[in-house]
Amino acid sequence: MLENRYVIALGERDGISGPAIAACAEAAGAKVVFVSTECFV
Amino acid sequence: MAELKKDPVVVAATQVLAHVPGMARHGSKPSRELPRDPAVEAEFLGSLRSFDEAVAYPPHQAFVGAIHPRALPARPWTDTPPGQASRWAPGGEVMPEEEFLGLLASVDTAGLLTLGADLAERALGALGDHPLAKHFALGQLERATGDVEAAADGVAACPIHVGAGPMEASLRAGDDVDQSLTGAVLLENLAAKATATLALLHLLDKEQIDPASVDYVIGCGEEAVGDRYQRGGGNLAKAVAEAAGLSEASGMDVKDFCAAPIPALVVAASLVKAGVFRRVAVVAGGSLAKLGMKFQGHLRNRLPVLEDVLGGAAALVEGDDGASPTLRLDAVGRHRVAAGGSAPQIMESLAMEPLVRLGLTTTDIDDFATELHNPEITEPQGSGNVPERNYKTLAALAARRGDISRDEIASFVESRGMPGFAPTQGHLASGLCYLPHALDRLKSGDATRSMIIAKGSLFLGRMSQLSDGMSVVLERNRQ
Repeated sequence: MLENRYVIALGERDGISGPAIAACAEAAGAKVVFVSTECFV
Repeated sequence: MAELKKDPVVVAATQVLAHVPGMARHGSKPSRELPRDPAVEAEFLGSLRSFDEAVAYPPHQAFVGAIHPRALPARPWTDTPPGQASRWAPGGEVMPEEEFLGLLASVDTAGLLTLGADLAERALGALGDHPLAKHFALGQLERATGDVEAAADGVAACPIHVGAGPMEASLRAGDDVDQSLTGAVLLENLAAKATATLALLHLLDKEQIDPASVDYVIGCGEEAVGDRYQRGGGNLAKAVAEAAGLSEASGMDVKDFCAAPIPALVVAASLVKAGVFRRVAVVAGGSLAKLGMKFQGHLRNRLPVLEDVLGGAAALVEGDDGASPTLRLDAVGRHRVAAGGSAPQIMESLAMEPLVRLGLTTTDIDDFATELHNPEITEPQGSGNVPERNYKTLAALAARRGDISRDEIASFVESRGMPGFAPTQGHLASGLCYLPHALDRLKSGDATRSMIIAKGSLFLGRMSQLSDGMSVVLERNRQ
């Protein structure tokens, strides 16, 4: 689904973490170029 | 040594606030945004609350212990008219900015703070009438009085204002070139020290505790002190012990981002149970960096700048006294590396696993205290209602375990949860703010068990992608 796509994975503390988004994106064929999780409180 | 077989107790906990609207401009966000746009700066300064408004603000009354968070009125809390509430609460207070600046001078052992003569006189008069006046080093205010303009011209000095008024004080840097010792950094450190000291002094006074009887102090605030060779090296706890007159104590800081207070309580209880120390204080000061953090959302929604207070907290842990609530060391929940990072996995690890270990269900816990950030502060900036999210996750897990039916989720959240009421200084919100209320309810018999759950965003330091957390169960003393 995401072959030949670059992905920036920005996670949220209370939601889905950056590494979890990255894992899903990679499983869908993407190349993850940046991963981070942030806290918005 | 029979008492060592029993888990330690938390004898008392106190919380204070310092209303510091003038310092709000030095919060990390305002300090970056205000210099970029004079119009924003003017709107910010025009939206600061008066002391009476800050005292009347219901979440502040809940924080200092005057009302239980479940007794908070319906929102909006910002509509509460000033004049009905007192700055004083059992064991706590809301301190006005002028007094607080005097308190800063009182705990400024490096002599870096300069107060203008008029401010020094006002602060001295007010602090002299304070119930804890005999514990303050009021002589330091006279020594701190001087030429504020000249002090502010120093390298990396930090100007200090009272509210939106003119500069009336200044904090010099601790070193001309050390970025860890600039005036702005030291103001954060000094403010944390002062708020923690104030909370500890209230606790000692309220409980009539001999300061020399405290063996050890554990600091768990978000602030880190140090110099360029050891940023965050610590130790704020011993500085607080010194300022509060704990002549026989030493101390250390526990760092775990917002989660630190619960590990600090667990370490304190473990030291007591192991017989290393008899009486340990846990203290936390306020986080100046987080003042005004969400001011843009507040101004956009025509609200005042709501992050204008610094919190301070203190708790006392000692061996079983037969009356105070027990800290169950066999029910400590921790967020393991392998536990996973989703909200349900974290809650499972922190809340459910300890209950399984004890053979209890979620309905055996009367009060769950999670991250109790005030939603009136977080929602306008798009951060949502943090405690509500936590309680829904918790209730869903309770339903999945069969402790409650799906129909009971709402009542579970309402009766065992509570509205967020803490300033957005994560270590205070992350459960610690409920400790005085938990002790009250466990001592009175209104509750049998409380669980306090803390979470911390380790990933912010870029050394791990993980978060962390820890939970404790407090239980009514069985004797």
